[in-house]
Amino acid sequence: MIGKYRGNRQAISALVGETEVHRDLYLDQELFELEMEHLFANTWIYVGHESQVAKTGDYYATTIGTQPVIMVRDTEGAVRLFYNRCPHKGTRLTGEACGNTGRFFRCPYHAWTFRLDGSLAGVPLKAGYEGTDFADGLAARGMTPVRHVHNYRGFVFGKLSDVGPGFEEFFGESLTSIDNMVDRSPEGKLEVAGGVLRYMHNCNWKMLVENQTDACHPMIVHQSSAGTTVDVWKSAPAGTKKPMAVEIYAPFVSSYEFFQTMGIRVWDNGHGHTGVSHSIHSDYSAVPGYFEQMTAAYGEARAKAILNENRHNTVYFPNIMVKGPIQLLRLFKPIAADRTLVESWAFRLVGAPDMLLERTVMYNRLVNAPTSVVGHDDLEVYERAQAGLHGNGNEWVNVQRLYASSEVGQRNVVTDGTSEWQIRNQFRAWTKFMTMGL
Amino acid sequence: MTTPPSDQQLVDFVLREARLLDQQRWEDWLDLFAEDGHYWMPVEWGQTDPRLTTSLMYEDKLLLRVRVERLRGNRTYSQSPKSRCHHVLQVPQVDERDDQALAYSTWTPMHYVESRADEQTLYAAWATHHLTVVDGKIKIRLKRVDLVNCDAALGSIQLFL
Repeated sequence: MIGKYRGNRQAISALVGETEVHRDLYLDQELFELEMEHLFANTWIYVGHESQVAKTGDYYATTIGTQPVIMVRDTEGAVRLFYNRCPHKGTRLTGEACGNTGRFFRCPYHAWTFRLDGSLAGVPLKAGYEGTDFADGLAARGMTPVRHVHNYRGFVFGKLSDVGPGFEEFFGESLTSIDNMVDRSPEGKLEVAGGVLRYMHNCNWKMLVENQTDACHPMIVHQSSAGTTVDVWKSAPAGTKKPMAVEIYAPFVSSYEFFQTMGIRVWDNGHGHTGVSHSIHSDYSAVPGYFEQMTAAYGEARAKAILNENRHNTVYFPNIMVKGPIQLLRLFKPIAADRTLVESWAFRLVGAPDMLLERTVMYNRLVNAPTSVVGHDDLEVYERAQAGLHGNGNEWVNVQRLYASSEVGQRNVVTDGTSEWQIRNQFRAWTKFMTMGL
Repeated sequence: MTTPPSDQQLVDFVLREARLLDQQRWEDWLDLFAEDGHYWMPVEWGQTDPRLTTSLMYEDKLLLRVRVERLRGNRTYSQSPKSRCHHVLQVPQVDERDDQALAYSTWTPMHYVESRADEQTLYAAWATHHLTVVDGKIKIRLKRVDLVNCDAALGSIQLFL
């Protein structure tokens, strides 16, 4: 079948205007497949954290876009990435999502074995290949490595294709948000902890990514949850200590002014973050003993600088968001044009009081769980958009708020927190990496 | 002096709790919880800690009240249209009883259906009720709901198992 978009750079570019984008970005399955082939191959995609594979032979099976991959700690202590398929018949090599495979991966189908560097270690009845050119073929090369791997302060990214920029060039100054999250550990170290929440969304993955820096929705969409929390809390007896859960929920219904003045910083290549001067995470109660630990580790001035950074949501385009101040990472895993798996991962600040992890896992379940009253209303508006976009008469989505033609080409700029500049920035990057190399 | 509840009274309490949920009598349901009661739905198989491991739900009475109030709100978009639920319970089994401490626990396998508009989803779970007696009435200290597929990629669960 001949599609509308395959090999058609012009048709793809025409979908993203300066202030509007075409509905096919959310609805069209051919475009989704092209996103997997180009956007998710030409950019650096988050795979996992090195603490998930702490020891030699530890593995973690996941996806880059829709490609099955496996992250493993090799015998030298390095983290490697491979496509998760046996070179023989294509069988996925792992059953569990994570575990320890010892010194070898062993295929469950015909017992081909592979060393942790991916090379073929053994094949039963090997004599059966004698006199063939097996040794020169693809199968004899073992597990196929992901072309490019980068471990940045424990966060492991992969890039499937040779097209597209190097790691530092792609992320640029945006790496300061990961830096801040890691620096919040007195030991400068994070580890995955507290369990993962997995929430299936019947909508396009980009709706979620856009929403991360959409500061005009919380007071509307989350009035039912955060607004009700504020109301219920009002009837608590005077003098009752404000619970952590109320501290977490209440700021979602802050005023427009709060979100306008918090600011958005727009970086290159689709990256950006909300919460430049303050954020919904700014006014959490202090955790006893933590500041003293930070001061001992970094000195008072540096500790204050680290902790006064209260970035809200940092989008690493295309498909993760991190919250430095509360050590959360959300991964938007594309499955189909109208289906996305959202995984929300929590991190422990190594060496810091447990109460910080307690707050992180509480935030995670209150906001990101399939049972979350915040998540329910977000998903409702995404799914209504996914349905409503099929309506003919207007095929375009408007992203015009606080647009100025002068913004094009500017980078590392701070602007009004309710601007859709960062959303436009993501779509400009979408076009760039969808058409790169075409 | 509080009279300890009989096994049958504990069983009847658990059955009635499910009925209140099915009939959407949210205020009456909330009243079944002790003031320091919790509702816990773990996200991990055999999870032991609700504090440093996240959960699908771990909510005190304040957060449960937020849910109940929210279900009534006219700006609660995910409840327009509203969800309905249906419990099928096995007969609860009384696993522990300590009349001295007024501490009891029951174990109840269940199937739970939640529907909204054209969608209907079936869940299977075990409910463990930790019960006590306050002012002569049985109250919930902790209701723990273990989904068979607690760690699966789930869609929205909006009401209460």
